Amino acid sequence: MNRPSSKLFVRTELIPAKTPPLSEIGVAKWVRENLFSNTLNSILTILSFFLIYWLLAQILPWMTQGVWEAGSLNECRKIRESLGESTNVACWAVINERWNQLLFGFYPPESYWRPILALILFSFAISPVLFISVRKELYLLTFTSPFLCYWLLWGNTVWGPVSAAFSFLLGILLFQQISRSKLSILSVPITFVFVVLYWWFLLTPVAEQLDSFIPISLTYIPSKEFGGFMLALIIGITGIILSLPIGILLALGRQSKLLIINKICVFFIEIIRGVPLIVWLFTASLLLNYFLPPGTNFDLMLRVVIMVTLFASAYMAEVIRGGLAALPVGQHEGSSSLGLNYWQSMRLIILPQALKISIPGIVNTFIGLFKDTTLVVFIGLLDPIGLSNAIRATTDWNGIYWELFIFIGLLFFVCCFSMSRYSQFLERRLQTEHR
Amino acid sequence: MMKVTEPPKPLFQLRQLIYDTKYRSLTVQAIAMCLLVLFFSWLVNNTIQNLTALGKDFDFGFLTNIAGYDINQRLIEYSSTSTHGRAALVGILNTLLVAVLGCALATMIGIVAGVLRLSKNWIIARLMTIYVEGFRNVPLLLWILIIFAVMTESTPGPRDFRAGGSASMMLFDSVAISNRGVYIPFPVWGEGSGILIFVFLLSLISVWIFKRIAASRQQQTGIILPTFWISTGIVIISSIMTFFVLGQPVSLDYPTLGGFNFRGGLQLRNSLIALWLALSLYTGAFIAEIVRSGILSVSKGQTEAAYALGLRPNRTMNLVILPQALRVIIPPLISQYLNLTKNSSLAIAVGYMDVRSTLGGITINQTGRELEGMLMLGLFYLLASLVISAVMNIYNNSVKLKGR
Repeated sequence: MNRPSSKLFVRTELIPAKTPPLSEIGVAKWVRENLFSNTLNSILTILSFFLIYWLLAQILPWMTQGVWEAGSLNECRKIRESLGESTNVACWAVINERWNQLLFGFYPPESYWRPILALILFSFAISPVLFISVRKELYLLTFTSPFLCYWLLWGNTVWGPVSAAFSFLLGILLFQQISRSKLSILSVPITFVFVVLYWWFLLTPVAEQLDSFIPISLTYIPSKEFGGFMLALIIGITGIILSLPIGILLALGRQSKLLIINKICVFFIEIIRGVPLIVWLFTASLLLNYFLPPGTNFDLMLRVVIMVTLFASAYMAEVIRGGLAALPVGQHEGSSSLGLNYWQSMRLIILPQALKISIPGIVNTFIGLFKDTTLVVFIGLLDPIGLSNAIRATTDWNGIYWELFIFIGLLFFVCCFSMSRYSQFLERRLQTEHR
Repeated sequence: MMKVTEPPKPLFQLRQLIYDTKYRSLTVQAIAMCLLVLFFSWLVNNTIQNLTALGKDFDFGFLTNIAGYDINQRLIEYSSTSTHGRAALVGILNTLLVAVLGCALATMIGIVAGVLRLSKNWIIARLMTIYVEGFRNVPLLLWILIIFAVMTESTPGPRDFRAGGSASMMLFDSVAISNRGVYIPFPVWGEGSGILIFVFLLSLISVWIFKRIAASRQQQTGIILPTFWISTGIVIISSIMTFFVLGQPVSLDYPTLGGFNFRGGLQLRNSLIALWLALSLYTGAFIAEIVRSGILSVSKGQTEAAYALGLRPNRTMNLVILPQALRVIIPPLISQYLNLTKNSSLAIAVGYMDVRSTLGGITINQTGRELEGMLMLGLFYLLASLVISAVMNIYNNSVKLKGR
């Protein structure tokens, strides 16, 4: 069928789009929208650029042209003067010279490999916990590394930590045996009593016996020689690892319907949170001897670790309580209707969800704890800030401030910032909601 | 015939204490109570033994003894012949001073930084992110030391302020920033300044009344009065007129350079300034995050609805967004205030004489009363925390969403 020919024109393809005006594409559009959208924003932008330029002009030359090779601040100043009149540059030589001290404190230099090895071990041990893609066989290392790291750091005979690890192994076996028997309800208290008794009576004899057969030991290094960033890491990591389980228990206790348990937990949490950490640290160093049996005297570092851990676990408890409170009641009821008992429902239903909700708070508490390790300087432990004071007190480096502060600040910043980035990664990974 | 059998009377058996969930909770609590009592009696017993071994007793009498040390920063009369109790009071006031100043400044910084971090201006948002992350991820102690070092090392000494020196005073020769502290003018209250204060308060009351009238007028007629300018005018004009009518009763005592140091004016010590700034900047970074999350928590539909009603951005913020955001902001804000108050105990790093340095420091060292001193110190902080959280909770309840 033929259509009558028509003069009417019907376009069969689209007209190619015109290029947008220059002000609406690329850099120009972005700059206009993000920097100069109105008068106020334009003023702010210009002021900010000026501020940034001014700061960088002050700081960059100071930092980049810094002196790296010098034995003392005076030498630095001489080099500075030789560079020219009125040049003010950083004296990074202090970090170059005191690098080891800032990182390890007064730890014997011939043993530096020990903390380094412990750190490597620890990072391998923690990796399966942090990332699901890591091989699960590494969990074996995760459980042995606390004992290994302890041995590497403090030295002495290897059989002490082995004996301690043995007690936990026996405890787990005992727990499994009792759980299968009639007394299953008492499995936790019996295991607990067993481990306590083992530590009380058997820990040292077993270690000594084993040591007399096969003596393997490293040189003992007392806690007072620990220092620098290593000390901050040891206190921080121990506190972080221990405060989470204690915090969970405290939070459960505070949510509990058992009146006495509830009140004990509330009392503990409120007392700890109401008083600053520094007062608790002074309590640990000044008062603990009053509260313990006459003649007991234990390591200052251990006391600090205990105090920091308790302090962080009270905060942790509140964070986790928030997560628990955010769960709908239906979850509790659902798990009860499935016939799960309290601990089963907590372990399988409630805590996984509550902990997921409270990840940001938990990591914030970790970061806070790690930053708070700097407070140990006030009770005489040599953390990085304590060492920076000690370095400044020497005649060579009297009057050096900024270089040390920047270095220490950067160390802490890297650690804390990566922790907060990790928490964001974890939140994304555990996100199960469909948005 | 059905025979109704009595159900067997449940006999209480000992094993029910463990196996029956009804009784098990009692058992657990009883055991916990016993352990707690045992633990505390062990602690108290140890303490008594240790105290007798050292020949000490438990007595708060030392508070009435003469302290014998000086406190350079004080809000009330104090000299080295005052008692330890008074020294503790001076310390408490100093702690509260830095806490109040810090909370005020931290709130201002936090709100500005939090709002600016949400700004559409790319560079401003980035700058605020750098500020927040920088302060949140570096220990507070380090910031206090850095700011203190800036105050003492990078500021000119008083001698530089002499004629021909490298430094000069700021704001028409009224403020001097030196390594001995910041000197600012101090008001001297002369004859008739009471009337001035009275007029000032009166103007505040009239502003309050005016605002209520304006509000009710807006309710009835819908006409919005420019309340801000009118109320500012009422306060400023009335106060200034009274000031000149009374013949300038209040004058300012300016700091002047005399000899080796400044005289007159008010000296703000570097320790106070460093602690104050560091606490405010550090806590401000946390508050900025709280404010940001609070504003983000208000759904975008609220803003759009407000715009649809024809509200301008300013009024949208004040009338729609902020009241809702405030509910999310207040509770974590309270805990930041508490943190700031507790963190003020870091005053030890710069030698600011707060309660930890007087009662928990020098007094303990001089009298050897660690137990009593630390106990009082702990109780003070506990009490301060409880009071702050109680006050803020009352406020929180007043702005809380009233549901059902």
